[in-house]
Amino acid sequence: MVVRHDVNLSAMGMMSDLPVDSSPIQLGTEGRFDDKPFTVIGRLVYEYENGGWNEWHLAFAGGGSGWLSDAQAEYGVTVLETIDRMLPPAGQANLGWRLDLQHGPLQVTTLTRARYVGFEGELPFAYETTGDVLFADLRGAADVFATIDYSETPPLLFVGRFVEYDDLALRNVRQFEGW
Amino acid sequence: MVTPATRSLRGFNCANCGAAVELRALTHTVAVACTSCGAILDPRDPTLVILQEAALRQRYTPVIPLGTRGTWQGHPFEVVGFQRRSITVDDEDYGWNEYVLFNPYYGFRYLSEYNGHWNAVRAIRSVPAYSRQGDRPTLRYQDKYFRHFQTAVATTDFVLGEFPWRVRAHDTVETSDFIAPPLLLSLEATGDEKTWSLGEYVPGEQVWEAFKLPGEPPAAEGVFANQPSPYTGTSKFWSAFLILAALLLLLFAGREVTAAREVVYSHVYQFTPSPGEAAFVTDTFQVGSAGTVEIDVDAAVDNSWLYLDLALVNMESGTALNLAREVGYYSGTDSDGAWTEGSRHAEIRLPAVQPGQYYLRVEPEAAGAVRYNLTVRRDVPSLIPYAIAFVLLVIPPILATFRPMAFERARWQESDHAS
Repeated sequence: MVVRHDVNLSAMGMMSDLPVDSSPIQLGTEGRFDDKPFTVIGRLVYEYENGGWNEWHLAFAGGGSGWLSDAQAEYGVTVLETIDRMLPPAGQANLGWRLDLQHGPLQVTTLTRARYVGFEGELPFAYETTGDVLFADLRGAADVFATIDYSETPPLLFVGRFVEYDDLALRNVRQFEGW
Repeated sequence: MVTPATRSLRGFNCANCGAAVELRALTHTVAVACTSCGAILDPRDPTLVILQEAALRQRYTPVIPLGTRGTWQGHPFEVVGFQRRSITVDDEDYGWNEYVLFNPYYGFRYLSEYNGHWNAVRAIRSVPAYSRQGDRPTLRYQDKYFRHFQTAVATTDFVLGEFPWRVRAHDTVETSDFIAPPLLLSLEATGDEKTWSLGEYVPGEQVWEAFKLPGEPPAAEGVFANQPSPYTGTSKFWSAFLILAALLLLLFAGREVTAAREVVYSHVYQFTPSPGEAAFVTDTFQVGSAGTVEIDVDAAVDNSWLYLDLALVNMESGTALNLAREVGYYSGTDSDGAWTEGSRHAEIRLPAVQPGQYYLRVEPEAAGAVRYNLTVRRDVPSLIPYAIAFVLLVIPPILATFRPMAFERARWQESDHAS
């Protein structure tokens, strides 16, 4: 798999057969995070034993990209970060493992084995079907959170924070019948 | 590659009993308990595997029916799930109800109810930090300190409707509650998964109003863990007391300064024991205005005593106020050194004497000869009314201090830290 950390956005083609989903976010949804406007341009769908979630690919107005994750209408925004330390290999980032970032101390609170079940729109990397992927979710104080994505070696670190739906000031969201 | 969508977003038929199972929380629902037969179904699985047969001894009826929509904390939410859970403490079962609320944009919220006490609950995403504060485990979250209240194993007794997690009846989870009224931090731990939630105590009326429920909410019983104390403002009571006490002191000081202490009668007498009648009357004197009168007795007693039977007699009405005083003064030396006992002085305070002409009828009694002085003063200040006022003033702040203490005692009586 090729990952372009320079965020060279390119249309990766369309994929049909996305699972039935009830995220209020859709391609073209606009919003803001830390006063930076963004547009939702792509999406990855994951499924695991106890549910599924979306990673929406955001293009920020000033350039750069990020991810808006939506798991059962709990939202978080992260961006890819590089740190000057080695992240532990899969299997060593156990529950409670601590990572000190400039955002404060974080600890692994959830380990999730999930698989891609679909994507749509533009993604910053070439999509390739893989098997299960391990994610280590880290949480800290003040809604800071991070994910270590073990789909690659070395793993990728995404850091951001949980946000309230209203804080995102979303426009062009999906309408639900009766709501 | 992709699991095809083989079901409607709105529901399906129960694989156990065939009844229609509604899906209100869209695809977020991970488990749904059929409202007809109680079977728990996985709505994502096309074959609808039954997670658990209905095997529940007792049914519970939610007071907010599933499907009820209300405006909760500023947004519309629909009740999609209900569960009954309980803990056992000292062989006693304590059961409470939990409601799952859903909005497609704002996600899930929860309501819990125990004996009429309601909490608005939502999952939190931060990890509270353990902190050492005093004698019991304390957590710090959003700059507030939460004190440990109770740890117990909670069992799910009954489920109805939809849940965003894989709910099952008879599931157990270890719960720990930490309080900072009106807030409650709860930790639920199953295996290696820890879930934190934050509850806020809400009056039942708020729930009734939000979901337009009929009638009145049942009265809450007892004191709940994070119920805010109704006895607030203890410090206000003490501030008011301090102001009033200062005022009282000022009044007393004013009285002390302005009191006339006028001597209206004073005379020196010599008593000698004799077989005859010892009683006599004094000259008359004038008490100029209504108020306090003080009669002072000063006797030159030394290892002796003087007993005076006195009557203050009003000339006009003839009414007499009978009084008696004894003075005795003793001194000597023993193995501990010199000692004295008693006093050569006695005073009689009369709080309210009408103005007019008075005289004293005096009947002295003593073992030997005694020289003594009788002095009558009017308008002598008395501390007593001020002392009474002070005691009355101090009662409200003391009550205001003890009632919240009793409330807190009742709160902690239900905790792991009951005294």
